[in-house]
Amino acid sequence: MTARQGGADGTAPEADDAARKAWMSLLAKAPADRLQGLWDGLALAPQYSWLRQPEIGTTMVRGRMGGTGAAFNLGEMTVTRCSLRLEDGRVGHAYVQGRDAARACIAAQVDALMQGPERDTLEPALIRPLEEAQAAAADARATKAAATRVEFFTMVRGED
Amino acid sequence: MYVAVKGGERAIENAHAWLAEERRGDPSVAELTLDQIREQLKLAVNRVMAEGSLFDPDLAALAIKQARGDLIEAIFLIRAYRTTLPRFGMSLPVDTGAMACIRRISATFKDAPGGQVLGPTFDYTHRLLDFKLAADGVVPPAAEAPPRSAPMPRVSGFLDREGLIQDEPESDAVPPDLTRQPMELPGTRALRLQALTRGDEGFVLGMAYSTQRGYGRNHPFVGELRIGMVAVEMDIPELGFAIEIGEIEVTECETVNQFTGSKSEPPQFTRGYGLVMGQTERKAISMALVDRALRWKELGEDNVGAPAQDEEFVLYHSDNIQATGFLEHIKLPHYVDFQSELELVRKLRREASGAQAEAAE
Repeated sequence: MTARQGGADGTAPEADDAARKAWMSLLAKAPADRLQGLWDGLALAPQYSWLRQPEIGTTMVRGRMGGTGAAFNLGEMTVTRCSLRLEDGRVGHAYVQGRDAARACIAAQVDALMQGPERDTLEPALIRPLEEAQAAAADARATKAAATRVEFFTMVRGED
Repeated sequence: MYVAVKGGERAIENAHAWLAEERRGDPSVAELTLDQIREQLKLAVNRVMAEGSLFDPDLAALAIKQARGDLIEAIFLIRAYRTTLPRFGMSLPVDTGAMACIRRISATFKDAPGGQVLGPTFDYTHRLLDFKLAADGVVPPAAEAPPRSAPMPRVSGFLDREGLIQDEPESDAVPPDLTRQPMELPGTRALRLQALTRGDEGFVLGMAYSTQRGYGRNHPFVGELRIGMVAVEMDIPELGFAIEIGEIEVTECETVNQFTGSKSEPPQFTRGYGLVMGQTERKAISMALVDRALRWKELGEDNVGAPAQDEEFVLYHSDNIQATGFLEHIKLPHYVDFQSELELVRKLRREASGAQAEAAE
């Protein structure tokens, strides 16, 4: 996750964007039960009104020819999005992978709250555990992959 | 021609009820859960996602269960469901160079920087039935080793640096989308790649195999094959910047093909490209071979009349849902249609026997 030099203290908006991008990206991939558990544990339950109720749709995923060239359409993935406004006017958005309205709803609330003082609560109690879980999952795959690393030797055929 | 028929409602209802019962099978055997399908029949799930053209493992598992394991029927269900969903937007092209690889091999460079990683592969298994799986087997945990954080640069990049491989110019031109506009031929490479990545695995494999056997031979090497997770980023209009909206597993194959040069191109290596959702390596390799075969025109190669060089043939027959729809409709009632054929054949026979009788007189 990128550094969070920005924040409610009025630092550069680019830094705010980078931090927000990082937490929204994290929330988009968070496993439902883990996110729900961490969220319930905080008992924040802010009052909010919907700007956009949870909606299931797709995103067309693109690839590049040869991995680096011109773009082409690979296929779609399911995404759930929603937007809400807290009573104090903060707006939270969520775009999360899959078809889980409850997950999107939590993600949007977290996004809204992270823009204010609750960030101090959410960062250690929700964001960081999710980051750690994600890193651990990636690490588990990487360690197993590393154990299957091979060195191929070309046999000398002795024809000369 | 199909003419609508009426009636048979009760028989149809009863047939569907029996189908449901057959789907369940022997009730004394535990029912299959979607989690079991998703986790233990993962390659079937991957195929349904790739050819259904929708990444959602839970939906693919449901489709496989509903289709009783008929994967083309499952792909049909996914395609039908997809059309009911609004599309929020298009992702930025995924960066496969930054893939978290569980598998990465090169058949061209044994010392490829980043190393060769086999991953969970069927390769080098003996293809002997494992009867331990028929019993309740406890699987020992997979071995672990400290991961290297070194990057895995693209194998084609090494050849590119020497100028030995055809250039792959980057472009952000909006690619055509065959799910939105009818396919127009001759198509672009972007259109072909979209059709191939969602095309039937058996068809694309057969086409690829035909090029290896000599029908439009193009000497492919698997320059690189990689499988792993890539992040999917999308611009969010209400934010004004892009965020990751998820991550998907993909298989990427880049072939390096011998090329002796043509009127328009110097001798160099050329590329075929395959990118498919999920761990779908046979399909990705096949896609790369067919992609390369279809590039004969832009590379100034001869059209030797091989099926895999025929864009129209390949693109119009690669989609198994179109194919199965047209193929299977002929089993539906064609009574009116057939009645007229029957009349015609009777008439022709009457005329023929009349002519014979005349000739005999």
